[in-house]
Amino acid sequence: MTELGSLALEGSRCAACGNVAFPSARGCQRCGGTMEPVTLGSRGTVWGFTIQRFAPKSPPYIPPADGFRPFAVGYVELPEGVKVEAILDCDDFAQLEDHASVVLVATEPVPRFAVDTAIDTEES
Amino acid sequence: MAPVSIIGAGLSPFGRQPGVTGREMAVTAIQTALRDAGLEWGDVQVAFGGSDGAGLADTLVAELGLTGIPFTNVKNGCATGGSALVSAVNAIRSGQAEIALAVGFDKHPRGAFDPRPEDWGLGAGYGEAGLMVTTQFFGIKIARYMREYGISDQTLAAVAAKAYRNGVLNPNAWRREAISEEDILSADMVNDPLTRYMFCSPGEGGAAIIVASESAARRSGLRPVTLLSVAARTRQFGSFEVFSPAIQGTGAPTSVSAAAAAAAFEIAGVTPDQIDVAQLQDTESGAEVMHLAEAGFCKDGEQEDLIASGATEIAGSLPVNTDGGCIANGEPIGASGLRQVHEIVTQLRGEAGERQVPGNPRLGFTHVYGAPGVSACTVLGV
Repeated sequence: MTELGSLALEGSRCAACGNVAFPSARGCQRCGGTMEPVTLGSRGTVWGFTIQRFAPKSPPYIPPADGFRPFAVGYVELPEGVKVEAILDCDDFAQLEDHASVVLVATEPVPRFAVDTAIDTEES
Repeated sequence: MAPVSIIGAGLSPFGRQPGVTGREMAVTAIQTALRDAGLEWGDVQVAFGGSDGAGLADTLVAELGLTGIPFTNVKNGCATGGSALVSAVNAIRSGQAEIALAVGFDKHPRGAFDPRPEDWGLGAGYGEAGLMVTTQFFGIKIARYMREYGISDQTLAAVAAKAYRNGVLNPNAWRREAISEEDILSADMVNDPLTRYMFCSPGEGGAAIIVASESAARRSGLRPVTLLSVAARTRQFGSFEVFSPAIQGTGAPTSVSAAAAAAAFEIAGVTPDQIDVAQLQDTESGAEVMHLAEAGFCKDGEQEDLIASGATEIAGSLPVNTDGGCIANGEPIGASGLRQVHEIVTQLRGEAGERQVPGNPRLGFTHVYGAPGVSACTVLGV
């Protein structure tokens, strides 16, 4: 397992207005200014989510080797203000309520965050 | 600005039509609209139209007649019909033409839309991870909205049940069977909190609207409906849309629907409380709930009581989606915006039969919304 502390998402910050984008972009959506690379914080809170109850169409979806199970997908609000779309790991979907605190556990193929308790469970 | 009138409106049947192409549905809609206006194809001086995936509108002249008029293709997602209408209206206002056509049509295969990540500027990994699913966006948006403003699952079910009930009254609708709130709530969950029966399905159909200058409308001697305004907008900074790897900015997301609706009301000189009948984009029942507030008909959270009180029913104070909306008619992307206009024209003329809004409605509103953050609204009056 990758060291959690070493994981980070690479985004960009506008040199003119400070707006933060993910993934990194050339131009700023707010002011059109030039953006510069920025490493985003790896902890955030769940801004919104839903549960993917059925297996998405394959291709393009690649289900896990042990088969599809419903998973949560949503947006994580990072300290930089940007909300990043991510797959959300948890033991129970109810854990994602109330702006749950989550931590980045994977960056590819899309960001993946886990509720703190889910990580504790895995590590214990 | 010079007034523009709608003098003809036509639809093809909506719903699955095996063996009938989208282009054929468009021709049916256009010929129906021409008959409605008492015109012939040769009377149309300029045309705009399109589909998302059923062909080019300018090829329809092969079926309609090669009259040599300018015919511009429009490809603008869910706003295709609205954008075509904007162009038709501008052609009248500029003096380019006295009679103009807007047409939209589509014929989508069964099942959910099947977009390609690369068409959206997304990496292949986005699809591999299972995020190339349009319904997720709607689930995330309404789930957050319900938590924030106290909207219940029961309200989502009530919106869908109304759509199916109104569909029963609409001979042209695809879904014409009532479904109980109980059955809607207990149907398969697609993306929480939205069940299968709360979503519209990609569908089939064509819609055509004929607009005319005031003098041409007077000559026609028909029942013109005045197009008080039509406004199309694309998203502004900070919006939350389908297939967004991030929502930029801080605070609550901006709404393109709110921007388009506000512009349409301002141009028309009308306020939302004056509207007698409305058509709001109901991709799923939560969308109708949120669009009530985004378009200015109520404050966030008021929908819970408003819908429970029956206000959005055909006999209510603000009837919404009287033809069954996208939920009962399906979603042929290119056609939906003009289907909405057709329904309001029908209601304002008093020709909606069993689903007619009582009390001679005078002012109507339409709102279409779609990916990647486009909205078009109209205000219509008689």
